[in-house]
Amino acid sequence: MVAEKQSKFKWGMAIDIDKCTGCQACVLACQAENNIPINTEDNFKDARGIEWIRVERYWEGEFPDVKAKFIPILCMHCDNAPCEPVCPVYASYHTVEGLNVQVYNRCVGTRYCANGCPYLVRFFNYWEPEWPESFQNQLNPDVTVRSRGIMEKCTMCIQRIRRGTRKAKRDNNEVMDGDISPACVQACPTDAMVFGNQKDPNSKINKMKNDKRSYTLLDHLKTNSNVWYLAKVDEDTDTHSKEGGH
Amino acid sequence: MQQRRQLDEKQINRELLNGNLATPKWYYPVMGVLGVGVLIGFATILYMFNRGLGVTGLARPVYWGLFITTFVFWVGISHAGIMISAILRLTQAEWRRPVTRAAELLTVFSLLTALFFPLMHAGRPWRIAYWLIPYDWARGIWPNVRSPLFWDPIAIGTYLTGSTLFLFVALIPDLAILRDRTTGIKKTIYSMLALGWRGNPRQWQLQVVAGILLSALMLPIFVSVHSIVSWDFAVTPAVEGWHSTIFAPYFVIGAVHSGVSAVVTMMCLMRWLWKWNNYIRPEHFDALARLLIIVATAWLAFTFLELIFSLYGRDAPEIALRELQIFTWPWNLIFITFLLTGYVIPVGCWLFKSCRNNIAIMFWTSILVNVGMWLERFLIIVPGLARKQVFVYTWEGYWPSPVEWVILVWSFAWVSFLMLLFARFFPLVPLFEAKESQVFTTEMKVGRATVPMVIRE
Repeated sequence: MVAEKQSKFKWGMAIDIDKCTGCQACVLACQAENNIPINTEDNFKDARGIEWIRVERYWEGEFPDVKAKFIPILCMHCDNAPCEPVCPVYASYHTVEGLNVQVYNRCVGTRYCANGCPYLVRFFNYWEPEWPESFQNQLNPDVTVRSRGIMEKCTMCIQRIRRGTRKAKRDNNEVMDGDISPACVQACPTDAMVFGNQKDPNSKINKMKNDKRSYTLLDHLKTNSNVWYLAKVDEDTDTHSKEGGH
Repeated sequence: MQQRRQLDEKQINRELLNGNLATPKWYYPVMGVLGVGVLIGFATILYMFNRGLGVTGLARPVYWGLFITTFVFWVGISHAGIMISAILRLTQAEWRRPVTRAAELLTVFSLLTALFFPLMHAGRPWRIAYWLIPYDWARGIWPNVRSPLFWDPIAIGTYLTGSTLFLFVALIPDLAILRDRTTGIKKTIYSMLALGWRGNPRQWQLQVVAGILLSALMLPIFVSVHSIVSWDFAVTPAVEGWHSTIFAPYFVIGAVHSGVSAVVTMMCLMRWLWKWNNYIRPEHFDALARLLIIVATAWLAFTFLELIFSLYGRDAPEIALRELQIFTWPWNLIFITFLLTGYVIPVGCWLFKSCRNNIAIMFWTSILVNVGMWLERFLIIVPGLARKQVFVYTWEGYWPSPVEWVILVWSFAWVSFLMLLFARFFPLVPLFEAKESQVFTTEMKVGRATVPMVIRE
């Protein structure tokens, strides 16, 4: 707790649902950045696809007055994460920078964390991951390739965070807002996703999380999520922003 | 009313050791069939280790399925031992005597089987062996003591140790009898196991005190083991069907229901296989069935309370879960089967004395109870995960794969195999208990009638 207070960083993300077009660029970027095995059609049929970030699509209203709503869901890096206390081997772990990370080497694969997670953002490797020969050189050298039998999840691209903080330290600079961005944030064409340090009072994410449209998912479970959503602005009904969304 | 035939000690020795001093005719064929089942099961488990958990039907979000269901089931069965030998011993229920050892044995073997399941359902089981148990001093990382998965091995380990000791302490006098009736290598082994038992008053006193002490020490385990197993589920706020405060007593009473029923099944088999009709008598079935009516009804009350509690919140995902569990095909079929086999049919039969005294009916109803209890655990674990939270986009079903079914069948073959293996070398009905009950039983004249009566310890 003391170390968390002393740390200069507390990472977080804000996603403006109003800007999300459901283009899935974040999903693809994440897949490429984090050495996630290729999700084939069969994987999805078996419900075993691994997507650290997924775009859920919901239809609202009856045809023809129908609206598609998209919501990208990734690990919320909860301060009070339900996945952490249940892991018997401390593989699910909280860093002092407010990230919820998975220690792959420690994981024995009980999948208890996945049951504990209300957002369903933890994934189990049912098979040994495989890539076609032509993809062998495409793998990101900064990210571990996970073996079968362990859980994996969004790390907020911790390799990028480390690179950014190390670079700032080497150049004797402070980490500036926007210096570091996870793959999904970088790939988002509409800038719907924003990543930043919550301890920096001037950061963009702090402005967004204090926006009157902002809410967190499944707030009633008191997980103290670190990913904020900004509700869709709906000109027809305009009730969502007042309700606080969802 | 206890009706007994007066038996002399020689007859007791001869009849109860008939499976130990000679091999019954059915023994090798039955062991052969079970052995094949056990081998197929182990081969399947090794195949699963080799290929990975992809060969199961598990997916997202149903990360726990048949294996955890079967784990809970066998831990439930293990409650037979503590109920019969500890609680009935301390409350001096006279009819417990012939079944104490069988119940205790069922406890030990079902716990040994239950332990397999959390191990093999893990993604990397070989790591659990040295990272979770024992403490990993070398790496300096403690196991997470907040995790119910860490409480499980402690509770079950304590229970297993206690039950094994209990079983052994009660076995010593019978081992001495076997020692005196065998020759050669068998005699040497029995002599070592009998720990120099001579049957003098001091040894008897120590044995009785040890038995009572172990019963009393195991009483807390009676409450704790299945409570802890239930907390595997109840501490998970994310899963609507699991996050319930009544899970601990609900699971414990369910465990007693299935455990005592399994003892009834065993008693029928013991009567049929070894012809111990003089020892396992209809009045024992009668007493157990009457106990079971109470237990089953209490358990049913908990089942409905759990439903009512969950509907009372009128939480949309919770309602969706119950809708799946009770009304949606094929879960509605499972739900109805579970109610019929777990309660309605067995308790309906047990209400009648003619059924309670009919061994065949008792056999089949006790089997039905355990079918129902397995389905109950399945109904708790799977629909809760399949309808997790409001993310409709990720709702999924689950059906076990052939590999999982084979491993389920294996667990039954494995327990039966171990029981029969034990029964070949050690008496299943405690001889000294049978003799003691003869001593404690006398007849008394009340008016003109002669009534059998029991002298209390």
